[in-house]
Amino acid sequence: MLLKSVKKSLLVLTLGLTASAASWAQEVKLLNVSYDPTRELYAEFNKAFVAHWQKTANQKVTVSQSHGGSGKQARSVIDGLAADVVTLALAYDIDALYDEAKLIPENWQSRLPNNSSPYTSTIVFVVRKGNPKNIKDWDDLVKPGIQVITPNPKTSGGARWNYLAAWAYAKKAYGSDEKAREFVAKLYKNVPVLDSGARGSTTTFAQRQLGDVFLSWENEAFLIEKEFGVGKFEVIVPSLSILAEPPVTVVDKNVEKNGTRKVAEAYLNFLYSKEGQEIAGKNFYRPRDPEVAAKFSNIFPEVKLVTIDEEFGGWRKAQTEHFSDGGIFDQIYQPQ
Amino acid sequence: MRSIRKPSVIPGFGLSLGFAAFYASLIVFIPLAALFAKSFTLTWDEFWKTVLHPQAIASYKLSLGASFIGACINLVFGFIVAWVLVRYQFFGKKVVDALVDLPFALPTAVAGIALTTLYAPQGWIGQFLSPLGIKVAYAPLGVVVALTFIGLPFVVRTVQPVLEELEKEIEEAAASLGAGRWATFRRILFPALLPALLTGFALAFARAVGEYGSVVFISGNMPYKTEITPLLIVTKLEQYNYAGAAALAVVLLTFSFVLLLLINILQHWSSKRAGG
Repeated sequence: MLLKSVKKSLLVLTLGLTASAASWAQEVKLLNVSYDPTRELYAEFNKAFVAHWQKTANQKVTVSQSHGGSGKQARSVIDGLAADVVTLALAYDIDALYDEAKLIPENWQSRLPNNSSPYTSTIVFVVRKGNPKNIKDWDDLVKPGIQVITPNPKTSGGARWNYLAAWAYAKKAYGSDEKAREFVAKLYKNVPVLDSGARGSTTTFAQRQLGDVFLSWENEAFLIEKEFGVGKFEVIVPSLSILAEPPVTVVDKNVEKNGTRKVAEAYLNFLYSKEGQEIAGKNFYRPRDPEVAAKFSNIFPEVKLVTIDEEFGGWRKAQTEHFSDGGIFDQIYQPQ
Repeated sequence: MRSIRKPSVIPGFGLSLGFAAFYASLIVFIPLAALFAKSFTLTWDEFWKTVLHPQAIASYKLSLGASFIGACINLVFGFIVAWVLVRYQFFGKKVVDALVDLPFALPTAVAGIALTTLYAPQGWIGQFLSPLGIKVAYAPLGVVVALTFIGLPFVVRTVQPVLEELEKEIEEAAASLGAGRWATFRRILFPALLPALLTGFALAFARAVGEYGSVVFISGNMPYKTEITPLLIVTKLEQYNYAGAAALAVVLLTFSFVLLLLINILQHWSSKRAGG
């Protein structure tokens, strides 16, 4: 009897699958697995893409979103979450899709323009109204008595950008890796709390009133103002910062299984279109397209930016040197 | 155990034992075996290096120490709460009774954020404590507070039913035989309650050792100071170091298992002594 019912349910399942395969031509589903601060960006972008795909391909598409910490999201995809595209905080987390599960080819980052990063951001300082501690640049962060709020780079992707921005500044200003290391160590001496994620740090700084300066993604810095009240905080742009490139890619193994390669690729390409770039700009990400970027030039101040490839030889190298177990970040905290 | 062959109220011993074994394997043993297997992908050398790293050792001290203190606090105050709920009638008792379970129901991250809001230096409670030099949030004390919070229901809910079973007449009998209040408590009530108290303690402790969500918000996560072991595990996962994460988990599990075993033995011994 058991066998019979199993057979029966298999039959139903097969029928169901055939039926859904037949309706596939009319409707297609995409899953975009992304990180935390892109919630608002993709909510708006997905709507625009649905309309765009209806117009150009005459097909109905539904885009689902998943958000969470960048590393955790990558692990979900490695463990089998059927993401068609991933849009994460840093290339290291997408590299892991190749390293751990071969879901994508090794050269994934060269498949789309601009290192596969359709929009960029940078690291800025957020200070309290009137800038009471007179914080202007990185040097002010290592002064005694200044409290700096930044999450733990071991658990937060965004925090790794913060750390590397500080390093890049110190290396330019003081000339050597040795000096940069001293500078970063001194900076972390001024960090009273290492929250596990960027949103946790935002709460610590904005709501719990802890710290004098908060190192933040530029797009998050704008959102803080929106959320906690305009005029309570000021954004300070340092003399030098890092070009944060949150990359995107199609997950090859999954789109082949789902039969969604065409629409997934179109989805990512649409990020590079004028319309996609405008949506990125409106959500406080710096557009790559020079024309669109010019439109937003009053929002995004000019700042000297270094890239992770020039300064640190890419994410893999930076990760191993600085953030792996026993790396430089761990050494900073080692008891003497 | 000897009653196995006796006809039982519920028939089908073989079937039910088979089911119990299958169910326990599916839910508990297989995941645990997978965890151990994962940690064995490390060589012995790597394994010891991971689990004996000074940063890991500092985290065990905090995780196990704070869990132990939290469970001890719950033991005392959980008992008092259970006592009040069983022995007294007062207005709003039903509400208090329901409140005890809230730490079970509340997502732990919410608990962590709420506690941090209260105990941060500028928080409602923290603002009165920080002038006294007492630092709760972002200090080991905060970890204890969070672990006490999530562990409370365990002690209350294990002691409560046993206390309900204990009739007041027993105390009266003890008194009429000349026992003072302290003697009644020590020689009559306490032995009867001890197994339940131990169970509650063990559950609260075990729950606290693995707790992540509420602690990471209040602890401040400073390496060597306020880093709990589950955070180190997450740190390893962030580096896609699954085996290293499993190794730390194995250490935590072993500690917890040994402690739970000891408590079980103690419990067995105490219930035997109490003539149970």
